[in-house]
Amino acid sequence: MTATTETAATNRRTWLYLLPVLVFVVIGGFLAFGLTRDPTVLPSALLDRPAPEFELPPIPGRDDHGFSRADLGGEPMLVNVWASWCVPCRVEHPLITRLAEEEGIIVNGLNYKDRAEDAMAWLKELGDPFEYVGWDIKGRAAIEWGVYGVPETFVIDRNGTIVYKQVGQVTPRVINEVILPLIRKLREQ
Amino acid sequence: MKRLLALLLLALIWSGAAEAGVKPDEILDDPVLEARARMLGKELRCLVCQNQSIDDSDAPLAADLRRLVRKRLLAGDTDEEVKAFLVARYGDFILLRPPIRPSTWLLWGGPFAVLILGGVSVGLYMRRRSARGEPEVDELSPEERARLERLLAGDSRPAG
Repeated sequence: MTATTETAATNRRTWLYLLPVLVFVVIGGFLAFGLTRDPTVLPSALLDRPAPEFELPPIPGRDDHGFSRADLGGEPMLVNVWASWCVPCRVEHPLITRLAEEEGIIVNGLNYKDRAEDAMAWLKELGDPFEYVGWDIKGRAAIEWGVYGVPETFVIDRNGTIVYKQVGQVTPRVINEVILPLIRKLREQ
Repeated sequence: MKRLLALLLLALIWSGAAEAGVKPDEILDDPVLEARARMLGKELRCLVCQNQSIDDSDAPLAADLRRLVRKRLLAGDTDEEVKAFLVARYGDFILLRPPIRPSTWLLWGGPFAVLILGGVSVGLYMRRRSARGEPEVDELSPEERARLERLLAGDSRPAG
């Protein structure tokens, strides 16, 4: 064997030794990314798009207005999808109420697949911070919104565009780190 | 005991199969449309249970989506239009078979790329090996030859 073929062989061997490390880094990188994501939180197809067209009647006994696409825009606002049978909704409700009463944010409600008397009893018990509430007994409007579970909360800008979607419960952290800064920014626009 | 267990298991499987998915009151009168709805239902993901199609799922949202698919078909939508309608609301995730587009090229092309890469490296390796042919053997030097002959003759004294 000559000296050059020997170095070539050594080089090739070094590559072979490095190969498992490379494979590990690539697979590890994919896994690190994939396994640390919450698989139940899906990206919304509606982000940065105008809110969908919908028209909902009011919950019988609340008011006569209902809630529709025409109510969105003008001011930055929230749309909170809730139901009386949804436990996380009950947990997040004081936070939603705080946003409406202390921060002065307009919050609209989309009541999902609820009986009127249950929904009204829930609002009576926990308080009603909502500007308008639509009664989506069939869940058809929720499909327009891409809702796949309750609660979900949307942030809408002045133009009626969806700028943020919270899947699941709103937490104090989400409020302080995402929703409030976002609303402040939207108000300045 | 074993037989009883097996029976119980079968009963469980059957009852499950009978209950899951498409309900009798959802089925369309038009068998052609219903067949199309079934084809679509198998390709649409239930967003609640995520690894089931809407046809296999008992989640209320899956039932809503099944009804919606049938309503769209009755309204005259093509299969592609029905899918586009749902993708606009729920994103590509609702499709159990991801569409081919730049963001999914790696997903669809990855296995083929690995296959081609592997094939090329095996091909290169084989070619290099056959090009090298028989391994080269150095001729013995006269000293080595002399030593070998001594060894064969039974004389183990070192040379010189």
